Amino acid sequence: MATITHLKKACTVNPLKMSQPIGGALAFMGLRGSMPLLHGSQGCTSFGLVLFVRHFKEAIPLQTTAMSEVATVLGGYDNVEQAILNIHKRTKPEIIGICSTGVTETKGDDVEGYIRMVRERNPEVADLPIVYVSTPDFKDAFQDGWAKAVTRMVEALVHRPPPGAVRDRARVNVLPGCHLTPGDLDELRTIIEDFGLRPSFLPDLAGSLDGHIPDEFTPTTIGGIGVDEVAAMGTAAWTLALGEQMRPAAQALHDKAGVPFHLFQRLCGLGPTDDLMMFLAEISGRPVPTKYRRQRGQLVDAMLDGHFHIGGRTLAIGAEPDLLADVGGMLHGMGARIAVAVTTTHSPVLADVDTGEVLIGDLEDLERLAAERGCDLLITHSHGRQAAARLGIPFFRMGIPMFDRLGAGHLTMVGYRGARDLIFAISNLVMADHEANHEPTPDTWRTPHEPGAVAGAWTEGEIA
Amino acid sequence: MSSLSATIQAVFDEPGCGKNANKSAAERKKGCTKQLQPGGAAGGCAFDGAKIALQPLTDVAHLVHGPIACEGNSWDNRGAKSSGSALWRTGFTTDINETDIVFGGEKRLYKAIREIIEKYDPPAVFVYQTCLPAMTGDDINAVCKAAAAKFGKPVIPINSPGFVGPKNLGNKLAGEALLDHVIGTEEPAYTTPYDINIIGEYNLSGELWQVKPLLDELGIRILSCISGDGKYHEVASSHRARAAMMVCSKAMINVARKMEERYGIPFFEGSFYGIGDTSDSLREIARLLVERGAPDDLLARTETVIAREEARAWAAIAPYKPRFQGKKVLLITGGVKSWSVVAALQEAGLELVGTSVKKSTKEDKERIKELMGQDAHMIEDMTPREMYKMLKDARADIMLSGGRSQFIALKAAMPWLDINQERHHAYMGYVGMVRLVEEISKTLFNPVWEQVRRPAPWNVPGDSWQDKAIAQMDAEAAALAADPVRAEVARRSRPVCVCKNVNLGTIEDAVRSHALATVAEVKSHTNATGGCGACAVRVEEILAAGPALVAAE
Repeated sequence: MATITHLKKACTVNPLKMSQPIGGALAFMGLRGSMPLLHGSQGCTSFGLVLFVRHFKEAIPLQTTAMSEVATVLGGYDNVEQAILNIHKRTKPEIIGICSTGVTETKGDDVEGYIRMVRERNPEVADLPIVYVSTPDFKDAFQDGWAKAVTRMVEALVHRPPPGAVRDRARVNVLPGCHLTPGDLDELRTIIEDFGLRPSFLPDLAGSLDGHIPDEFTPTTIGGIGVDEVAAMGTAAWTLALGEQMRPAAQALHDKAGVPFHLFQRLCGLGPTDDLMMFLAEISGRPVPTKYRRQRGQLVDAMLDGHFHIGGRTLAIGAEPDLLADVGGMLHGMGARIAVAVTTTHSPVLADVDTGEVLIGDLEDLERLAAERGCDLLITHSHGRQAAARLGIPFFRMGIPMFDRLGAGHLTMVGYRGARDLIFAISNLVMADHEANHEPTPDTWRTPHEPGAVAGAWTEGEIA
Repeated sequence: MSSLSATIQAVFDEPGCGKNANKSAAERKKGCTKQLQPGGAAGGCAFDGAKIALQPLTDVAHLVHGPIACEGNSWDNRGAKSSGSALWRTGFTTDINETDIVFGGEKRLYKAIREIIEKYDPPAVFVYQTCLPAMTGDDINAVCKAAAAKFGKPVIPINSPGFVGPKNLGNKLAGEALLDHVIGTEEPAYTTPYDINIIGEYNLSGELWQVKPLLDELGIRILSCISGDGKYHEVASSHRARAAMMVCSKAMINVARKMEERYGIPFFEGSFYGIGDTSDSLREIARLLVERGAPDDLLARTETVIAREEARAWAAIAPYKPRFQGKKVLLITGGVKSWSVVAALQEAGLELVGTSVKKSTKEDKERIKELMGQDAHMIEDMTPREMYKMLKDARADIMLSGGRSQFIALKAAMPWLDINQERHHAYMGYVGMVRLVEEISKTLFNPVWEQVRRPAPWNVPGDSWQDKAIAQMDAEAAALAADPVRAEVARRSRPVCVCKNVNLGTIEDAVRSHALATVAEVKSHTNATGGCGACAVRVEEILAAGPALVAAE
């Protein structure tokens, strides 16, 4: 339905988009004992680190190859080798995930080759799992970096099952997109387990960045899926790919280990959750648990209660494609009109967004169009706050980064319960905005009138 | 309590009420209110009614003398709007305890008044009596009098404890309190020939402000609105108005009539709901003012404003016509509002498949017939199941009703719009009617309905409560169609008088065997119409159909 427009402006103002390498790095943070490593200058890592610390309010493991000017020109082999050895020595990681950056891609470092050479020259890291993903900053966006990293993990870490091996019927792989929070993953895990299935999440940010207090200090990730568990994913009966961005990873898993996959483009709202429930019921051979039958009723009720507030809203949304499609689709289903949709990168889901056009652009575009089109609800990440203040419209934060509110990691939109609470949260925001800014006054309905009728009006002090 | 019961009797003897004037002396003594059925009452009490009527007075401290239930459970729950003070939204209660019950709560009440005056310094304190202190005999009149003398401020007793009757009695008792203690106690700073009172308007969702700009433009001053966005001194000096409009309901008719009696302020009953009604009301205000001596160019100026506003409203509604083509509306609401919005809905291209006449008078019904033609589906007492079936059979695409029926519509996953007092939007005057049409459009075309109507995917078809209800009703209908005897039993068992639990068959039998010809005769034989009297219209219809029935025998 929607056409995709890419505005050709030279200057991006108030960026919506974040870079590909940190998307990849975040994916590596969903592995246990992991140390993501950006192959680039220090700043590449530092900015990403600060961004994630502010978003998750957690210690973030993220290292850098600290490329200097000279190293960049001469090639980064030494830096990659030193980084791997130092990380190995100091933090004893179970895995290192390396993402390239703009500088090193521009130089043309052959990191795969470097890694082979490092292993040959340093027997202590010969067997250390190291996954490399090419994520140049100058291409694509955060979501793409995440997706590429997961695809590479599958290719590098999953074992091909021996021919004739029997699949474990109870085991399912879950490949979540980066639009899902640790809270979403926890909810999905509960749902899947309630069908008697054993899910393996790759990546599993719920294990590492859910805010739990670890038993001991560790400089690597404090949880997440283990390398051994990833290796065994090839024996699962099914893969659930969550978000269009995960299609390549699911395809890779299928190609490598023959695991069939089902792609869920959307998870937020009644229809998408119905689909998920029915799929799980089918593959598990179990009926939908009573708990979810009740929760479905609660969501329907929430939709009925919420439609009074969300219905008729003119929405401006800025988000990465999968989040945009999911949340935008849910709100459109509640009667909101998606008047402005701005996103970061191309995706097949964008064409299905219920709006005239999806713009690949920035928050300046979002703000300008929201003003032009009279939007009265803004949804984007925390950087939308200035636009919201200038527009004077209610603002709901979704996506990364969310640095000026707590609980970013636990904002849940999946499952009947997640959608229910999201509808309440957005409806409450609209109500609060009404109370704060739109209470009627004696002049609310006063329209300028033609002269003439006023003649003969009473004047103060006139005595009858 | 003797003065309270005298007041109640006086309130029941309301010559301004057409319904009341037609009653016998004995009937009148029983009052205009529906007898409460234990186990079957759902409405508010007299205290609730008094509080609702007066609470929109914004700068007054409303102090509830009673246990925590009366104020604690209900404070700040009304959607009236204020242009100034927010004091009316502050919950004040004496929160009486066991000691007060045993030893009396008058001292506590007196102290409470003192604290309020010290802390908030309002122009007046209204003290609401409730059941418990009324039982133990706290004399709030005496306390108020003493407090007023001591603190030099009006302290007004509102004697309307819950158990004396239902909400609309409370409305009237509140009016009596204003008449006895407030109106006429102050003088306005100045007066004009264009001063009016608006009585019985609460400014819910600020909707008075949808009309006030037009009055301002015409130079008409609302000297006092009783009680929406009202201020104490305005009400106190409202006796200097030249004319009054009584809005919509008969809830405060005693105030309008007694002000006419005492101060010679003529009033009319009007409504600002609907385009035609708004115009009529503006005309009537102008006419009364001119009659009372305002320059008669007001009439022409009023017509200018009416013509302009009507044109604007119709123009704003016109674009909805194509969208609304073929869409059907079921309107369930009480009394006067039914027909006042019908015209606007029809102008927007909506088809009315039915409207409730439950609380409507005979004139209302005739007016509905006139507007909607003989095909109009008059719905007497629809059960929730019937309402659902009607919506479900796609004979209606949207239901407009008060909040109480909303859950039927919502649980049936049918579009629904609140048009009674709990609503969030203001629908008064010309702009309000356009807003109503906008809201209908928004609701009707919301894609949420499609989703919530979809049964859970694990449902066996026919297994949902909706399917079961429809199947059950279809089965019943089929059984009745196949069995004329049962059909007749079902027809005869339809309730006519809900208060006295009298069904159609009983009335028909009585009419036939005693050759009854009047409602009074039916009443003396069957008790029907002996409660609230609202079913008298139905009984008249049964009497009118009488000969046919006899002939059919």
